[in-house]
Amino acid sequence: MTTKLFGEPVRRREDLRLITGRGRYTDDIGHGALAAAFVRSPYAHARITDIDVDGALDVEGVVAVYTYEDLVGPMAEPLPVLIPHPQLTAPRTGYPLARDVVQHVGEAVVMVVATDRYVAEDVCDRIVVSYEELPVVVGVDAARAAAHAVHEDVPDNVAARHHQETGDVEAALAASAHTLSFTQYIERSACMPMEGKGVHAVWDHDDASLRVHTSTQASTSVRAAIAAKLQLSLEKVEVVAPDVGGGFGVKIVHPWPEELLVPMAAIALGQPVHWAEDRREHFISSAHEREQRQEITVGYDDEGRVTALDVRGWHDNGAYTPYGIIVPIVTATQLVGPYAIPVYRVRIDSVYTNTVIVTPYRGAGRPQGCYAMERTMDRIAQDLGLDRAEVRRRNLIGKDQFPYDHHLTFQDGRPVIYDSGDYEGLLDKLIALVGWDSMDARREEAASRGKQLGVGMAMYVEGTGPGPYEGGHVQVLGSGKVLVSTGLTSQGQGHETAFAQIVAHELGVPIEDVEVTTGDTRRFGYAVGTFASRAAVMSGNAIALAARGVRAKALRIAADVLEADVEDLEIDEGLVQVKGTPGASIPLRTVAVLSNPLRYAFDEAARQATQFAGPGDDSKPPVAVGDAPGLEHVDYYSPIRSTFASGAHAAVVEIDPTTWEIDVVDYAVVHDCGNIVNPMIVEGQVHGGVAQGVGGALYERMAYDGDGQLQNASFMDFLMPYASEVPDVVIDHQETPSPLNPLGLKGAGEAGVIPGTACIASAIEDAVGRRIAAMPISPTELYDLVRDPDAERVPTREGAPA
Amino acid sequence: MTDVSTERAITVTVNGVARGTTVPVRRLLSDALRHDLELTGTHVGCEHGVCGACTVLVDGTPVRSCLVLAVQVDGKAVTTVEGLARDDGRGGEILHPVQEAFRECHALQCGFCTPGFLMTMAAGLEARDASTDITEEEVDEIVGGNLCRCTGYANIKKACRHAAGLMKEAAR
Repeated sequence: MTTKLFGEPVRRREDLRLITGRGRYTDDIGHGALAAAFVRSPYAHARITDIDVDGALDVEGVVAVYTYEDLVGPMAEPLPVLIPHPQLTAPRTGYPLARDVVQHVGEAVVMVVATDRYVAEDVCDRIVVSYEELPVVVGVDAARAAAHAVHEDVPDNVAARHHQETGDVEAALAASAHTLSFTQYIERSACMPMEGKGVHAVWDHDDASLRVHTSTQASTSVRAAIAAKLQLSLEKVEVVAPDVGGGFGVKIVHPWPEELLVPMAAIALGQPVHWAEDRREHFISSAHEREQRQEITVGYDDEGRVTALDVRGWHDNGAYTPYGIIVPIVTATQLVGPYAIPVYRVRIDSVYTNTVIVTPYRGAGRPQGCYAMERTMDRIAQDLGLDRAEVRRRNLIGKDQFPYDHHLTFQDGRPVIYDSGDYEGLLDKLIALVGWDSMDARREEAASRGKQLGVGMAMYVEGTGPGPYEGGHVQVLGSGKVLVSTGLTSQGQGHETAFAQIVAHELGVPIEDVEVTTGDTRRFGYAVGTFASRAAVMSGNAIALAARGVRAKALRIAADVLEADVEDLEIDEGLVQVKGTPGASIPLRTVAVLSNPLRYAFDEAARQATQFAGPGDDSKPPVAVGDAPGLEHVDYYSPIRSTFASGAHAAVVEIDPTTWEIDVVDYAVVHDCGNIVNPMIVEGQVHGGVAQGVGGALYERMAYDGDGQLQNASFMDFLMPYASEVPDVVIDHQETPSPLNPLGLKGAGEAGVIPGTACIASAIEDAVGRRIAAMPISPTELYDLVRDPDAERVPTREGAPA
Repeated sequence: MTDVSTERAITVTVNGVARGTTVPVRRLLSDALRHDLELTGTHVGCEHGVCGACTVLVDGTPVRSCLVLAVQVDGKAVTTVEGLARDDGRGGEILHPVQEAFRECHALQCGFCTPGFLMTMAAGLEARDASTDITEEEVDEIVGGNLCRCTGYANIKKACRHAAGLMKEAAR
């Protein structure tokens, strides 16, 4: 029997090239190409009054300079609103190069193409853009106040008012035994993949076709966007996502201006053109996420059971809304987490500011929703003098309540109906894993060392694997090699390995024979993209279905050859055999040859499929009616709705009351993503997510000043965690398969990051006994808080009065 | 008069092979390696020496190649990730213990920061007495100066311990 591969920690097949320097990232491609560089706005809000390029044109090596005036046809129109929504009443997007007005520092104004990047930047330095400054709006509160407008024709700065409700919340609140209200903030962070964006475009003049490599999470859609914007026929455009150095969401946005402008220049100049984003460009011209103001009112009974929840939020969407209101929708709908909330109303205004656009960063609104819900649970527990774990337990959706309908509409336009889960199981495991019930002893022990110890927990439910679809292609070659492709892209998630495991398992072939290609439109043209923890769920299932199609065809052909019933055949280690009859077998590679009747014998394998190679059935055509040559199959997986993964995290912090340094000493994760293809990869995803969660809770923020200048736009000043900042993580798994898809999978990519801010805020509050209502929090801010005589005091022990 | 367009001929031993090239004096070592010598295994993550992705060895010492000019390594020996594995004499390669360990311990995801970690770790482990067990303090020191956005470092630290173990075995 073939080694069981599904569910095993198979070593990654992508690693060898990546550890030997043979990976191919976008900036590794196309030596000798012309280089693009951009003049970007130094102002957050300004009118462009003049662009003087005269001094730039005599620099040796300059090839071309483009401004808005050089854009024609669809390129001169605003960039697309990728995800329209009826509540997005005032969508605004920029132009590939700014037209008249710039709306944030970093917006591209001029593109320079030169023989080399150094020269291109020299040219940029000599271009003089004159601006007339306009009033700047920074932060949700300034956007709400609307003393100034970001977009002249949107005077209230409101792009969208997102609103969902499941009943009469005001009546339910009025009828509640207890209510409490509070306001809290969460600040901006960003994906910050180690590789910035990059685009390489080659125009084949003779073939009139374009090939673009781009560091994207959505190559098929970039392809369609390029074709539309540059007025090319789709089949004349190929887009490839090569090795991509991390994405975490920022590379799902498309088309970035550079993804259009670089190909445009390649076509106009008839030469390959290349652009690699530098780190400062990434900070000021890519995307950020997270910033929200949340006003929460909750009603609950004497036992701490929620009776009504009313959330009023303001979401900073930055200067434009190319990705619609996905982030606030996800916050609104994932906020309820694992809890049964009888009546829920959420209203989130998505507001414009003169800052970098806000689009999904790993978690994509879920960390904010989790922060709202979990801090609400903490407050109920504190108010009633109950254990925080017990309050959560009393509100959990029961194991017998699935499918559970929240009566909300998710980001995919489909109902939020939880497919399966065991939330009480998660909580039990978490309590055991972190030692929740023995914290008093640890608190005393820490105090004996002069440290203040606190613990916090947070639970979440994550809608993963939204549609509309993904596809898979599986093909067995006469060599025995199995080619697999899917259109969605990879940024380090190990798809080449996980998808190969699925095919090896489904088809009964050695994994060494399986080769997986992702994100290459030359291989698979239909796809949506890699986001929302959807790759394993969507492409994993599509590829499994495609492999099953190949298997069925292989068995049909082999049954003819072996004169056996299909039911009596099995495939193991690449050999189709009659069960229990050793010797009655045919290699799968031979089946592949026979599947394609040939006239010409170009090699020894092909010879077996030619017309005189053996007896044939003269009464039938060589390729049966309705059949096709070749041992291959394409299939698609399109889910009725998302599947819902879940988890629970706990953090133990120790705080030094002299420096107010916050040290996360323990971090426990219980995680349920249904059936697991490769537990090694899933744990890696969790580790990485937790590190980003800790970064978001304690270190990372986008420090905009009042003029809209990002003051920490470098790795020197934006504090991403090094190894020294990331705690050891202990993980326990629970596997509750999804009933919605053939493999029983739920997504795992984002889970690790979601509860970080919520549970670390809770732990700090528990340690210092002061209300934590704004995250992230630095040692300085914590020091100021504990010194503030007006700071709200909270109990530091389960069930203790405030 | 030296200006940005002044060029210099340099000779650098890269991964054991003497390479001569002419570079503008302002050209960064990282760009010279990646674009002039087409050794693209060295990656550039921040361009100001903070992330460590571009780390290479200059005369055996880890150096951030985005903070060094190519002309500064004239006459020196540079080792990049492409030169970390050894030739097995039969057309194949023998991976360095840190490479083996990264693969074994799932210490990489997107792989972009990986070459910098590998070079730093290789130098760090080679500088210590391989016959002794590595301490957590040593692991923290070796791993602590590079940024990774994917892994959360747990498996990179694990790989560091594993590689030290492999080198201890080999030292016997």
